[in-house]
Amino acid sequence: MTEQRIYIQGVVLNEETRCTLADLCRLCGVTAEMIHEMIEEGIITPEGPSVREWCFTSIAIKRVQTTLRLQQDLRVNLPGCALALDLLDELEELRYLSRRR
Amino acid sequence: MEYKDYYKILGVARDATQDQIKQAYRKVARKFHPDISKEANAEAKFKDVGEAYEVLKDPEKRAAYDKFGANWREGQHFEPPPNWDAGFEFRGAGYTGGDSGGFSDFFESLFGHGQSGRQRSHVFRMKGEDQHAKIVIPLTDAFGGARQTITLTRPMVDANGHVTTNPHTLHVVIPKGIIEGQRIRLEGQGVPGYGGSPAGDLYLEIVFQEDRLFHAEKRDIHLTLPITPWEAALGATLTVPTLGGNVQLKIPPGSQGGKKLRLKGKGLCSASHHGDQIVTLQIVVPDAKTEEQRNLYRAMAEKMPFNPRSGLGI
Repeated sequence: MTEQRIYIQGVVLNEETRCTLADLCRLCGVTAEMIHEMIEEGIITPEGPSVREWCFTSIAIKRVQTTLRLQQDLRVNLPGCALALDLLDELEELRYLSRRR
Repeated sequence: MEYKDYYKILGVARDATQDQIKQAYRKVARKFHPDISKEANAEAKFKDVGEAYEVLKDPEKRAAYDKFGANWREGQHFEPPPNWDAGFEFRGAGYTGGDSGGFSDFFESLFGHGQSGRQRSHVFRMKGEDQHAKIVIPLTDAFGGARQTITLTRPMVDANGHVTTNPHTLHVVIPKGIIEGQRIRLEGQGVPGYGGSPAGDLYLEIVFQEDRLFHAEKRDIHLTLPITPWEAALGATLTVPTLGGNVQLKIPPGSQGGKKLRLKGKGLCSASHHGDQIVTLQIVVPDAKTEEQRNLYRAMAEKMPFNPRSGLGI
């Protein structure tokens, strides 16, 4: 008898993904205050005219999660995380270009 | 069980000072952090580094570990002698570090199960951790969508509160039109929660396998198409491979090498976004092997006066 496989359909975090502040907090397991601090530090930038209408992209979700890991694993503070994230973006771009060459 | 050489893992001498150990740890932790390193086994190395530091930063544990002597080699078969830890105080109290889940059998047999025991006594309910993994897929899977079976190692807490790592197999749908760097979030497929709390989520980041013909830039697929000088000069309709199979592409007369032609909708298309295939022409000049062939080139030189270097001022 062949095994019945159940394939799980996940949610793709793509260009259209938008989540609210509450979603972002729940997804990343952080408080709204921590998100505010990350916004102030320029780690993420919300879209929308007011706090109530803020929404965040999938890139924001990833940046918050990476920030939390860098804080926990390497004891990097928030300004350090902001710098590391920008440099990591640049590094990824350069790695991509050098692979193409 | 294999012996782990914690000094070698951190790259320090056996007589290193506590300060030297701390500095070495910070350096290698940064180097192998999975968010930073692109090495394939960065995650495993990062865990080894964390485990090594967990032991060597604590003078009690380090002294106990040092009792085994310097003659063990990394990976050598190892069983701790009975009562090896007599006279040391840490056993049972657990260690104080962060994530015990990924620590090795070697660590557990020496220093116990650490945090999971503590968590049971202090935290009754806790949501499971999120798990992050990369999956490498061929471009064709992204183009047409696919189903994949993946196996991840995940820490599990048994009925006695002991942490073990088990392989965890999942069958997942790769949606059509996913692109490199995008993540799939699988709710509740991360590490199981404690005390009846929900499991964490699993995030799968998409990485594309190197392809012999194509490479992707966001949603566009790039292909270099070799053509002959006469196809370039006179124009032609050529068969071109795409991820969805062969198509006919019209090369306009007078095309130069490097010219880019766009095949609309032949890139990575999802329900709401579309990508194209970009074909870059590469003119390949045939070798003149016979006298007759060389004469053809000479006739061209005579009948088609042409200076491709006029732009260089020469």
